[in-house]
Amino acid sequence: MKKKLSTFDIGDCGTVVAVENTSLLPKMTEMGLFEGKNVKVLFKAPFGDPIAIDIEGYVLSLRKKEAELIEVEL
Amino acid sequence: MEVSKIALIGNPNTGKTSLFNLLTGLNQQVGNFPGVTVDKKSGSYTGLSGKKIEVIDLPGTYSVFPRSNDERVVFKFLTSKDSEDFPQAVVVVADTSNLERNLLLFTQLYDLGIPLVLALTMPDVAERRGYQINLEKLSAAFNGVEVVMVNGRNGEGLQELKAAIERNKLKDNQDVFLQNDLEALIKNNTAQTQDAKARYKKLRTVINSVTEKKGQVGDRFSQKLDRVLVHPVSGYAIFIMILLVIFQAIFNFASVPMDFIDGIFGELSQWTKASLPQGAFVDLLAEGIIPGIGGVVVFVPQIALLFTFLTLLEETGYMARVVFIMDRLMRPFGLNGKSVVPLMSSVACAIPGIMATRSISSWKDRMITILVAPLMSCSARIPVYTLLIALVIPDKTVWGFFNLKGLVLFALYAIGVVMALIVAAILNAIIKSRDSSFLLLELPSYRTPRLKYVGISVLEKVKVFVMDAGKIILAISIVLWAMASYGPGERIEKAISEIQAPSIDGDEAMIEEYEFKVAAAKLENSYIGILGKAIEPAITPLGYDWKIGISLITSFAAREVFVGSMATIYSVGEDFEEDHSLLDRLKEQRNPDSGERVYSLAAGCSLMVFYVFAMQCMATMAVVKRETRSWKWPFIQLIYMGLLAYIGAFITFNLLS
Repeated sequence: MKKKLSTFDIGDCGTVVAVENTSLLPKMTEMGLFEGKNVKVLFKAPFGDPIAIDIEGYVLSLRKKEAELIEVEL
Repeated sequence: MEVSKIALIGNPNTGKTSLFNLLTGLNQQVGNFPGVTVDKKSGSYTGLSGKKIEVIDLPGTYSVFPRSNDERVVFKFLTSKDSEDFPQAVVVVADTSNLERNLLLFTQLYDLGIPLVLALTMPDVAERRGYQINLEKLSAAFNGVEVVMVNGRNGEGLQELKAAIERNKLKDNQDVFLQNDLEALIKNNTAQTQDAKARYKKLRTVINSVTEKKGQVGDRFSQKLDRVLVHPVSGYAIFIMILLVIFQAIFNFASVPMDFIDGIFGELSQWTKASLPQGAFVDLLAEGIIPGIGGVVVFVPQIALLFTFLTLLEETGYMARVVFIMDRLMRPFGLNGKSVVPLMSSVACAIPGIMATRSISSWKDRMITILVAPLMSCSARIPVYTLLIALVIPDKTVWGFFNLKGLVLFALYAIGVVMALIVAAILNAIIKSRDSSFLLLELPSYRTPRLKYVGISVLEKVKVFVMDAGKIILAISIVLWAMASYGPGERIEKAISEIQAPSIDGDEAMIEEYEFKVAAAKLENSYIGILGKAIEPAITPLGYDWKIGISLITSFAAREVFVGSMATIYSVGEDFEEDHSLLDRLKEQRNPDSGERVYSLAAGCSLMVFYVFAMQCMATMAVVKRETRSWKWPFIQLIYMGLLAYIGAFITFNLLS
């Protein structure tokens, strides 16, 4: 099942299958967030935004708005 | 070619700066890259061959393709091969525990044909996570590039790194990892993404062949700590507690060295006057230059202390969590999580605070942070607040255990913060911007800070304050001194001759009183005195008289000068905490027309509000000009803060009187 990363609860994990093409795409790729990466939501800031995810061993924080661009296969 | 110039480059949070500190120690300076406000950190060390080697610490970046000012500098630096600044070797610093992402930048540089050395850091973290890297195999995968394992925390491997740098083996590298026409991709986002993915794919094969895994273990410690530190309740509670501890410490510990510095400069000034022949130059030295320098140096303890705390928090990795938990709260105001640190620094001094906004990638968010930063009450306002509170706020206990004076002081800080947020929200609606704000921030693992590096970093920031703010404060102090010492025609001389001189056998107190009176007459009839009287009609609605007007004008060099000016005008010593004559004198001042006290509760509070809001700091304006590269922004700041101060003071005065 495919879901947007922004809808994930804490502890959910999956594999990135698509990243929407915006001006942030190259930046996200360079920071190691791209198709095929295993991600896990570690925790969320108060109000559920931003969120912190584990990307195969390192922790990246991003806003919900950015997480909406990322589609993850559970 | 012998190696005499090298550069360090790497992703953020790789221990690059630790390595730079380890190599250069105290031999470092911060300058600017030409034409941009990006810090250029450089230093030097003696190489193994005995030759001096210059090191440039480039800003952290994930890729050679620039997405911020910092990264544009890096790109330009690395692609100007004909420049005489171009290094003979570039050390790529890569975090061993996250090789794939770290080596992306390395392969890009490799394809640009830059002579490289690969320094793998944090071997201890990698080991804890169960990785083992085969350095020979990794080196063989990149045409024999020097690969060195170095621990930035204890210096293990540093000698090997130095040796590898001087061997400079890759200087004529023609080998290509993926493709070497990277510069053609500079404007093409899609192509950059494709390129990065292709590199990652190839890298994964390389990394798999050089890594021995002994089971994957995550960073349990950091994750456990984060469960508490970014928790919706305990996260904020801890953050507020840390802030309280910091400000408590600054108030309690900084006053001792500050009094000491104050004393030394006071004595130096008196000594100069007493022991050198009288004349305009000695007056300039004793009344303009020495107090001017003293006015800068006196803030060093506070600023150093605040930066020590902030750097400690940064070094441990906690600051990234502050950004994380504050981001959502700051956004409605057009700020973002990264605005929190600059605003916190502005409580010490707006100058380093404004410089710290460089880490904010969105232009609009950065502008708004810069524009509201001076509304945070800085250390220069403290003496003014303390004097006014002692003057008009009664010493009583409210609600059982709060001291009213302390409460008012707290309120003044709070008013500044709240107004900063309101103004930010308004600016957010006004300023238009094409690039949308985003947050993609790595949360590094928690680490124990290395005190030596904290020291080096604090030293650097204090240096920037003393140099940048210092020279402007000094210059203005001299101008103001001249304006306060000279008046048109014979006005000053005439006023002084009207004061009755003490008889020859008069005691010390009488002589002192006479000297104070002469100083007051001098100031009243100087250009500044005339100016102060000229603005009186404008400030009467705020509850001020021309004497306060004079002090407002002299405050432009630095706000705390207010206290000294008041003391001079009222012919008393300025140490109002020890000697109550300034307070007593101020309390007995009455308006000649109405007979009411000049320093009523209303006027005192009005003045406090004025000092919370007004932009009385030329040094800050100069720094804003430098950071925004235009005089437009500091003037906008001057005008809006001036209006706020005037209107705020007017309302306060009328509400309370």
